[in-house]
Amino acid sequence: MRRRRFLASTLALLATPGYAADDYPEVVPGRALQFPRDYGSHAGFRNEWWYVTGWVKDSNDLAYGIQVTFFRNRPRIADDNPSHFAPKQLLFAHAAIADPRFGRLRHDQRAARAGFDLADAAADATAVWIDDWSLKMSDGGYVARIAARDFAFDLRFKPTQGVLAQGDAGFSRKGPIERQASYYYSVPQLAASGRVETAQGAADVSGITWLDHEWSSELLAPGATGWDWVGINLSDGGALMAFRIRDNSGGAMWAGGAFRSRDGQVIAFDRSEIEFAPERQWRSPRTQVEYPVVMTLRAGSLQCVIEPLMEDQELDARVGTGTIYWEGAVRAFMGGREIGRGYLELTGYWKPLKL
Amino acid sequence: MAHRTSISATGAILTGSLAHNKTRTLLSVAAIGLGVALAYAVQLITGTAINELALGIQVLSGEADLQIRGARGGFDERLYPMLAKLPEVAAASPAVEVDARISGRDDVLRIIGVDAFRAAAVQPGLIAEPADRLDLLRSDTLFISPAAARWLSVGVGDVLHFQAGLREVPLRVAGWVPMAEQQRIAIMDIAGAQSAFDRLRVVTRIDLRLRPGTDIASFRQHLLAVLPAGVAVESPATSVQATGNVSRSYRINLNVLALVALFTGGLLVFSTQALAVVRRRAHFALLRVIGVTRRQLLASLLLEGALLGAAGSTLGVVFGFALAQAAIRVLGADLGSGYFRGISAMLAPTLSALLICFLLGVATATLGTLLPALEAARASPALALKPGDEERAFVRLRAVWPGAAAIAVGAMLTALPAVGGVPLFGYLAIALILVGTLLIMPQLAAMFLRLVGTPQAPAPQLALMQLRGAPGQAAVSLVAIVASLSLMISMAIMVTSFRDALDAWLERVLPADVYVRAAAAGDTGYLAPEDQTQIAGIAGVRRAEFFREQQILLDATRPRIVLLARNINLRDAQQRLALVSTLSSEPTSALPPLWANEAMADLYGFGTGEVVELPLAGKPVQFIVAGVWRDYARPQGAVVIERDRYVALTGDRTATNAALWLSPGSSLDAVSRAIVHQVPGGEHLEIATPGEIREVSLRIFDRTFAVTYALEFAAVAIGLLGLSSSFGALVLARVREFAVLRHIGMTRRQIGQMLASEGLILSAIGLAVGLVLGALISLILIQVVNRQSFHWGMELSLPWSTLAIAALVVLALSTLTAWVSGRRAMANEVLRAVKDDW
Repeated sequence: MRRRRFLASTLALLATPGYAADDYPEVVPGRALQFPRDYGSHAGFRNEWWYVTGWVKDSNDLAYGIQVTFFRNRPRIADDNPSHFAPKQLLFAHAAIADPRFGRLRHDQRAARAGFDLADAAADATAVWIDDWSLKMSDGGYVARIAARDFAFDLRFKPTQGVLAQGDAGFSRKGPIERQASYYYSVPQLAASGRVETAQGAADVSGITWLDHEWSSELLAPGATGWDWVGINLSDGGALMAFRIRDNSGGAMWAGGAFRSRDGQVIAFDRSEIEFAPERQWRSPRTQVEYPVVMTLRAGSLQCVIEPLMEDQELDARVGTGTIYWEGAVRAFMGGREIGRGYLELTGYWKPLKL
Repeated sequence: MAHRTSISATGAILTGSLAHNKTRTLLSVAAIGLGVALAYAVQLITGTAINELALGIQVLSGEADLQIRGARGGFDERLYPMLAKLPEVAAASPAVEVDARISGRDDVLRIIGVDAFRAAAVQPGLIAEPADRLDLLRSDTLFISPAAARWLSVGVGDVLHFQAGLREVPLRVAGWVPMAEQQRIAIMDIAGAQSAFDRLRVVTRIDLRLRPGTDIASFRQHLLAVLPAGVAVESPATSVQATGNVSRSYRINLNVLALVALFTGGLLVFSTQALAVVRRRAHFALLRVIGVTRRQLLASLLLEGALLGAAGSTLGVVFGFALAQAAIRVLGADLGSGYFRGISAMLAPTLSALLICFLLGVATATLGTLLPALEAARASPALALKPGDEERAFVRLRAVWPGAAAIAVGAMLTALPAVGGVPLFGYLAIALILVGTLLIMPQLAAMFLRLVGTPQAPAPQLALMQLRGAPGQAAVSLVAIVASLSLMISMAIMVTSFRDALDAWLERVLPADVYVRAAAAGDTGYLAPEDQTQIAGIAGVRRAEFFREQQILLDATRPRIVLLARNINLRDAQQRLALVSTLSSEPTSALPPLWANEAMADLYGFGTGEVVELPLAGKPVQFIVAGVWRDYARPQGAVVIERDRYVALTGDRTATNAALWLSPGSSLDAVSRAIVHQVPGGEHLEIATPGEIREVSLRIFDRTFAVTYALEFAAVAIGLLGLSSSFGALVLARVREFAVLRHIGMTRRQIGQMLASEGLILSAIGLAVGLVLGALISLILIQVVNRQSFHWGMELSLPWSTLAIAALVVLALSTLTAWVSGRRAMANEVLRAVKDDW
């Protein structure tokens, strides 16, 4: 019965707790990531996403945050329907630009069922698209093309380092039970270049971004209400990722993270080594939701303060995917000195993500 | 001072008139009221239905700039990605629409399968916000409009069963369609609709929203060039128009009938006022003498007419509203015609319709007063003050040429074609011939009176003399009788002719012993090839013919036409179809034959011998029209082609109907039972004998014409009111004459006989003219109006018994009225009447 509540909304989908995942492949430890296969879509699993976030700047040194996310979901509601329209795979996409001159996010979304070559996610390489929105591998890198309501971008991303397998060689636990997990890898220090268009005009931009690719069948434990996630490209070439899954009391039900130094040494953090401590709350004037937009993050022996590019990076996706969250460009400081830039995601502050 | 005079003069004229003619004033008000009521009721009902249809299309097409439509059965779904990828297209929303038969009922529910993601960008009003949003995508759920839910008495969580093929499809009601308040529709996922109703690989429409700045017209032209045959692209407005076209002829006919009733009311006002004005000649002359100007007199009389009209209109709109409500409750929004299925009616009165109908009543009454008022204003006071001047008022009516000219022009107009599908000239011809005949009524009356030999008995002799002496007054009282009688007779003849023709046609087109239909209604039931084998193999079935009926689109501005694929060939077409024309020799070309119904020949030029093109399976296929057949079932147009050829061209082996011939000695019951029990899903089949089909068809016919009958009855009622009112006026005007007759020794009884004779003679004349005029009008109705409106060809049949009864009633009633009026007139003392004048 609980499966009924399983929503077509992206984040909510991912977070709906308590369903049996029998019908989907299970995420198990010990399965090594295989490339190029794992760049592509894993159609059997319930959820999957490709997430590109990062900082770019134009020729006037004006910094923007950019975000492109493609979600894939397998609802298992029409698998035996012979129609070409059968909604066997659903695709959603969010894109946003954080422009400090504008003061809040410009964002837009797309949703479609896979099929007719209008929307799909390829199995053999990263290639996922909905109409004229796409994220595709090309020439050893990625290309993102987004034509949104009030902005557009055409960006090329070039890896400068290898893939960072998260968790235990790509097996990333998300809850107290082992199968509450995902396969997860990141590509930090992704060099971005291309063109961004807004109402203010078009600009050639370049910068450093971060790609996450994660797939799972049962992500969240029952009782989980949301998560905080941060990914920072460190100025010295290193990378830092940390997340925590929150419960009803706001405490961490689970946590994890990883640090990779500039020379490639990886330290994985277990749940006890990650701590998010809110330093400043920001209340959205539109939704009255409060977000801890400034946090002190402790990851093992590392400690830094996360501060946003601007406070208002709330993304109201109620119309399309049924949720409100905060997803924004942030800086990381250590002892007052900026040590890197990245993105912070705060979900479940409006309502518990299960809705 | 002059101002005061005018006011008091008006007052005097009005109070004088209304007080003197209480009964006739009331009758006139009632007559106008009835006409206005009918006009307003028709407006309300059809206005409501049409408005809902248009709204329904608006909801379904949302913000679409263009719409791709094709055959009812759909077109290749691959068109959807092709269109969606065009740079001009901002959003493309595909849909699969079916009229799904509700299991166990003769009703259908329109189900629209949409892709909720795509519809959200084009038709957001269709997409619900359910608690479980996956219900929008499931293949076994549907969302229902509030109107449909009320109609079917279902709520969220209930399961509805529909027929697909001979299977049953259960669908769970998961929520409401937000924007469709009055339309009976349901929305489900497009994949679910495709698989549940056997529409895999096809869609029935695609709604396109274009990018801002796209030139819609030129993009449409571009699309037309690339779309497959039988698929059209139009603006949603055109779809509204095409849907409206289906019922337009029916609506126009209803409106014309209501106007006819109003016209009869106007005539009644005319005859009443004409006689009243004549009666008040001396009164008006006096007013003129004391200083009232012609203009003031004219204005006062017209105001009197307008006030009558306003009173009648007020009653009329109130009664019309009640009438419309009652009609909708009893017959439904389509008045039983079947044109507006799927709409739950709720009267939505508009101020404009109300005002128009109100003003129509006022204008009719004012116009009815105009001629008498002009005459009264023109009269010289000196002459008018003398007694016996009444007939002078009618001298002006003696010119023959206007009436003759109107009849001649009317006759010529019957040769003209329809204007935009509306038999405008046909109606105009009827109006002209009717008015022309009424205009020459004085001459006709005089002619008839001359023809009648003078009888010996004093009473009839006096009656005849009286009428001969005052043919103008006689004619005026005849006008209302002739008008209402002729219209009633014409309609009776038309309806009878149609019913007889339909009956004969049904006999001809139903040669088999049993007919089987895959579903009682809708387009989701069908017989699969294995079902057909089963049915043909049932013991007792000597011969089985199957046919496939579907709708294809030839012209996006018109409704879809019907394509029938059946067992037929050039040799036996005459036995299968009611052919009205056929190729004289075997066709020389190698083109396959096609038989078109009369509507097809009229609307699309599919005449015998023509080479035509039909879109089949997305490709244009040429045919030669081998014959034209009579068809009362499909006024939108229908063609028949050979089934083998249809199967070869389309690969579609399904059928919608079967005709079965039984072997001698086998029982109908046994065969029916065998079909129901041996064919899987046989309980969904509708099995009927030709007799039953004939009965149902005639019942539908009678129901469709129920409204016609009602309007006809109203017209007759108004006419009869006019009849008694006119006689009353005529008789009351002659009190002086009766006084003199009594004075010179006639008995009351003799005067009564004289009046009865007058009534008899007058109504006989009215009847004769009415019959001839009615027959003439019915010919125009049958040959021009019906033919151009519905493309129905038929022969004239006369309803002898109805006509005879009508004639007897009219004669008896008018004689009686004249006699009763006379008695009333003579009830006053004779002497006083004589004293008044001398």
